[in-house]
Amino acid sequence: MMSDSIVPVKEIEERMETDKMWLTMGPQHPFSHGLWTLRVQVDGEIVTDAEPIVGYLHRGWEKETENRTYPKIIPMADRLCYAASMTYTHLYCMTVEKALGIDIPEKAKWIRIVADEVCRIQSHLMWLAAVGTDLGSYTVFLWSMREREFFLDLNVKLCGARMTTNYPRIGGVRNDTTELFDRDILRTVERFEKALWDIVALVDDSSIFVSRMKGISYLTREQVANMGLTGPAMRGCGVDFDIRRDDPYDNYDLVDFEVPVLKEGDSYARYMIRIEEMFQSCEIIKQAVKKVQALGKNAPYRVKTPSRVPAGTTFARLEDPRGESLMYLVSDGTDKPYRLKVRSPIFVNVSGAKAMSVGTRVADVPAVLAQIDMCLGETDR
Amino acid sequence: MDADAVYQTPTVEEIASLLPEKFPCVEVVKTEVRRVHAKVPREHIFKVCSYIHDNLTFEHCSTVIGVDYVDHLATVYHLTNYYNGVMIELSVDIPADDLHVDSVTPIWEGANWHERETWELFGIVFDNHPKLERLLTPKTYEFFPFRKSYKLRGTE
Repeated sequence: MMSDSIVPVKEIEERMETDKMWLTMGPQHPFSHGLWTLRVQVDGEIVTDAEPIVGYLHRGWEKETENRTYPKIIPMADRLCYAASMTYTHLYCMTVEKALGIDIPEKAKWIRIVADEVCRIQSHLMWLAAVGTDLGSYTVFLWSMREREFFLDLNVKLCGARMTTNYPRIGGVRNDTTELFDRDILRTVERFEKALWDIVALVDDSSIFVSRMKGISYLTREQVANMGLTGPAMRGCGVDFDIRRDDPYDNYDLVDFEVPVLKEGDSYARYMIRIEEMFQSCEIIKQAVKKVQALGKNAPYRVKTPSRVPAGTTFARLEDPRGESLMYLVSDGTDKPYRLKVRSPIFVNVSGAKAMSVGTRVADVPAVLAQIDMCLGETDR
Repeated sequence: MDADAVYQTPTVEEIASLLPEKFPCVEVVKTEVRRVHAKVPREHIFKVCSYIHDNLTFEHCSTVIGVDYVDHLATVYHLTNYYNGVMIELSVDIPADDLHVDSVTPIWEGANWHERETWELFGIVFDNHPKLERLLTPKTYEFFPFRKSYKLRGTE
């Protein structure tokens, strides 16, 4: 019988020195989507400390821009994050327009909103695919990637490129919407609203998914606000703030949409927020496409801008799919920026990796950190 | 106005009058819709920031930015109020021969990595920072690559 074992298991365990151990996950690790390292300290199975290490992709983006004229930075801004290229280029153009003090045509504003929301949906689908593989369901990965492809097709129809779109311009957008674009986008959105329910059902009915997300990695509202987390991670913890609604840019103040906020604060809440955001993006697209149609074929979509930016400092910010991104521009009156700083949402969100993963099991670390929606291009810049 | 009271949703006008009232050294440069731009002397940045955090309910620190103006350096702070979307931009001038400024990480944990980044790229030392180590660049670097004195090869 086990209880009468001649080996004194308990005493041995007490006498044994069970030191805490540091595990290094990454930079080449299935959980890290991109090159970064997470060092976790474990006590048995429980994570007691964690330290993210980034910087493998640091290429001096901000310094590089100081040597380029303003229009040449637009394709560089695409490369900050391949999944959110449209929002970063939009943000850069918006910052320079603000420094120039010009107002862009109505049509350009509405097209940018459409493009941004298409970008948001495809970025969130990319994240959903990553969560699928992290939690061990290849079907979720395949289905989300299939849906994402339809939105990349919309990008192709709008500007000819799938991911690095190079579409917004200082003073508007590069080209008008192509023929039948509004028909195609409305069809895609309508189809997607049904298809997303299939993926949601696949995740929500799976006890593996739910048990590995629900009740894991609690963050309080105060913690999140203090750590500077933004985006779905923040709204999943009860901070009711969305730049599109509370600090509107372009024409977002004329769009009617809801900001999903949950008070649970666990991993599952962050997942739910992103799913709901995709539905809201569909609503925004439908409204914005109607506005583009109403403006007609011949409405201007771009204004000419001077190549030199008057000296001064400006900043602009917008709601990226992953959180708050901000650009700060110091111009000195020449055609090149003196300093351009990018505030990337993931750079701050990943610094909260310790608070997110302490207390969870090692096996759940990939599931918890999948909710950051990691993108190294913008983190390391 | 009562400078010591706690305001949850201070308007731009209230902030523009409260800040100089509480700290005479703070100079409000300009105000726009939902934006306040102010200049703060280096010695008072921590006091001003804790006042903004505690009494004006600015819970979120978006960024800490370093700028090299060659004759002096500067740090810029962007702070956000979650309740009405108002932002404060504080800029602090730092003389080039004494690159020290108080860290705001004890107030906002979110400023931690931004300050580390600003230190490694510009060499601005943030006093009382819990862990001022290199973050993006290799630990062996002994220079500050984003300063204007560091020239990129080829085009400059």
